[in-house]
Amino acid sequence: MILASIFESGVSIQFYIVLSTILFAIGVLGVLIRKNAIIVLMCVEIMLNAVNLLMVAFSTYFGNGDAQVFVFFIMVVAAAEATIGLSILVLLYRNNRSVDIGLFNKLKG
Amino acid sequence: MSSLEIIATVLGGLTIGSALMVVLSPHPVRSVLYLILTFFLISGNYILMNAQFIAVVNIIVYAGAIMVLFLFVLMLLNLSKDNEPKSSIKMKIAATFAGGALLTVLIAALKDSVILPKTEMLENQQGMVENLGQLLFTKYVLPFEMSSILFIAAMVGAVLLAKREKQIIE
Amino acid sequence: MSVQQLVPLILLFPLIGGIINGIFGKKLPKALVGSLATLASTLSFAAALMVFFQLNEPVKIHLFRMIDLVDLRLSASLLADNLSLWMVLIITGIGSLIHLFSMGYMKHDAGYSKFFTYLNLFIFAMLILVLGSNYFMLFFGWEGVGICSYFLIGFHYSDAEKGMLNGIAARKAFIMNRIGDLGLLIGLFLILSQFGTLEYQELANIVTVDKILGTPWMMFGITMCLFIGATGKSAQIPLFTWLPDAMAGPTPVSALIHAATMVTAGIFLVVRSNFFFEHAPMTQEIMLYIGLATSLVAAFIAMRQNDIKKVLAYSTVSQLGLLFVALGMGAYTAAIFHVTTHAFFKALLFLGSGSVIHAMSDEQDIRKMGGLRKKIPLTHLTFLIGTLAITGFPLLSGFFSKDEIVGHAFSHNVVIYGILMFSILLTAIYMFRMYFVVFFGSFRGTHEQEHHVHEGPASMTLPLVILAILSVFGGLLNLPGIWLKGQAHWLSHHLEHNTGGLNLIEAEHADNGITLMLMIIAVAVCLGALVVCYLVYGKKQNVPVADAELSGWQKISANKLYIDEIYNFLFVRPTEWLSVVGHKFIEIMFLNGIILGFAKGIGASGELVKKWQTGRVNWYILWMVGGIVGLIVYYLVKI
Repeated sequence: MILASIFESGVSIQFYIVLSTILFAIGVLGVLIRKNAIIVLMCVEIMLNAVNLLMVAFSTYFGNGDAQVFVFFIMVVAAAEATIGLSILVLLYRNNRSVDIGLFNKLKG
Repeated sequence: MSSLEIIATVLGGLTIGSALMVVLSPHPVRSVLYLILTFFLISGNYILMNAQFIAVVNIIVYAGAIMVLFLFVLMLLNLSKDNEPKSSIKMKIAATFAGGALLTVLIAALKDSVILPKTEMLENQQGMVENLGQLLFTKYVLPFEMSSILFIAAMVGAVLLAKREKQIIE
Repeated sequence: MSVQQLVPLILLFPLIGGIINGIFGKKLPKALVGSLATLASTLSFAAALMVFFQLNEPVKIHLFRMIDLVDLRLSASLLADNLSLWMVLIITGIGSLIHLFSMGYMKHDAGYSKFFTYLNLFIFAMLILVLGSNYFMLFFGWEGVGICSYFLIGFHYSDAEKGMLNGIAARKAFIMNRIGDLGLLIGLFLILSQFGTLEYQELANIVTVDKILGTPWMMFGITMCLFIGATGKSAQIPLFTWLPDAMAGPTPVSALIHAATMVTAGIFLVVRSNFFFEHAPMTQEIMLYIGLATSLVAAFIAMRQNDIKKVLAYSTVSQLGLLFVALGMGAYTAAIFHVTTHAFFKALLFLGSGSVIHAMSDEQDIRKMGGLRKKIPLTHLTFLIGTLAITGFPLLSGFFSKDEIVGHAFSHNVVIYGILMFSILLTAIYMFRMYFVVFFGSFRGTHEQEHHVHEGPASMTLPLVILAILSVFGGLLNLPGIWLKGQAHWLSHHLEHNTGGLNLIEAEHADNGITLMLMIIAVAVCLGALVVCYLVYGKKQNVPVADAELSGWQKISANKLYIDEIYNFLFVRPTEWLSVVGHKFIEIMFLNGIILGFAKGIGASGELVKKWQTGRVNWYILWMVGGIVGLIVYYLVKI
């Protein structure tokens, strides 16, 4: 399907900048507020996706496909990171019987 | 306002609301479901911008694989609303302030930035699979191959980490 | 070999001897150690002799540069002129004889090689002192002899009964010397600041030829400081109490250091600096009176001392006082003449006393000796010659040298002459007292001592003989004009000419009539004392009584005028009190408080920072976000 760029029809780039920033801030909020380790990891994914969104927006704005390739790689890395993160989480659960990150304070002092 | 603008605005608002529900929901399973919804909405945004490949990959990889993984782990650990840890009110206030401050500061930083003029484009083709594939296999072929090594490392790591170590438990 | 080559060799031999004995001495046989040290000293003497015969004019030998800044140039260089070479001959000559004596005397001592190491090093340091061409070398040698004398006085520091006292005596010597050294150092700084150089020849030129003198106060300051340094080393009032205590060291040490060489370093300093002293009449007056007072005080104390070495020690102090009187009158060559003869007979007396002590199995109290003249005849004969020389018996060396000084005193001021003659009378009395008590009468020691009385080996008696001959004929060096018309005052002329840019300004010699009269008076004094002492101590056998039975002036004399006690009260106790105060208050409260408080403060601040490490990830991320926000704000505001 051949579509004209969305920016031809009036949507400004600032809209996507603000949207992406708000999503990022929500991700940060989630990381800070939630104490369930799994939810924290998910909020990290939100942050990554916010960045993806902005990148694709700019790619469409400038007509340059490189940014989308970068998005692709960000997804690759996010997948690998989620995998490893969850494995570690499972191990933590095995040792501590809980995923409350407030209990993992062995680095204290 | 044209129809595209309206659609874009609505999609944006829904995305924000969905992400907010991820953070604020007390049920962990519901958080995961809201996150899946968020991903779908973001893919919707991608389609609006004609980044078809990315949109589809987003759904397949993120919503399909990663979120399913999260769900599996959640159900494995049998977490529910009752044993969901709560953070102190002090932390919530501080976090809200921090997040709000970050938002404000970022927008303030970006608002005065100079934006280069957009490229005139009547044909928005770079999101198409062929074009993206061409880029990927010519200009970015090295990172592409590297990512396979990354996956192998991740796989090996995951298996190693999750293995039961019989000696220590006994 | 030329002078340039020989003079460094003079320094080198004792240094090498000291180093070899120091490193390998314990493993070498005793005979080799002693012979090596004696050989080193003798070779130095031989080299000095060779230079002596070749020397026509002063030779400056530059060894190496030490400090080479724009404002300050100090180099290690040697000055070989008649004065320094004469001192070298005395030092190495008598030093060699004392080395030879020590080979026999110290034979049963465990630290044999250590002793000879120190002796050689002492000779080395003393040679640097006299051979240096600038005040810096002199100071270097000055300190060197100070430290070597500390080692040698406290040589038997681990002795069971007297080890502590030996150490205390050594420390006392060193500390008192140090006080004098401070004066010397200040004097050197003053010279440097006023004249910009420390070289003798340059200073002599500046002062005598160019006539650049600085203010009279500066000259007074320089000469007073130099004199204070000389006071420390040459045991004048008030820094003389170390010398009698230094008799705790072995007898050869007393002979070498405290009779012949180290104590004459002060005299040498003043003679070398004569061009300064000639322009500071006030210092010369002070020197004269202090020398006079010292001479009297020491002679008074010696009258009732009963340790054979202590008598000789106070006699040395007294003779040094006499020398400073001579220097105070500007009679420099007379002083050097008396230094020479004093070296001869005082070394002889000390070595003789060493021989007596050795014969008496280490007994030093003269009240326990007696009638030794038949048992150790050779020692007796040489000791007699030494005693006669020191009291000024006619025609021996002491007679001529004392006469010269006394003659200068007479032409300077008759009152001083009178006091000086009184001091010489006292000298004669106590010396003859000691002689008669030790060698006449009946033996008062124990039976075992009587059994063991014997003459020492040849290594001990040979130096005694040589020194006795020198004591007898030493006067020939500087005979007054009354005897030989042509050859008079050889030493004076020898030292006056060719003495390294120094003009030894000499007081005039009195005319023959007065000289004759003075000579007769001196002879009368000496013989009178001899007769009196013979009657009191020799014939009537009046043995000195025990300490408890003394009274009146005799008690004061025997107790050394209580000077040690006065010093203890005035100086030692306040210093100790000060150090206790310093420890309690300054060190414990103040310094410890500050330094430990500092450490505690750092610890406390660390505790504060530790509260940040809660271990809770949420908070870490919060701080991270806060930091990012802060950074962005900062850049926003800046730009």
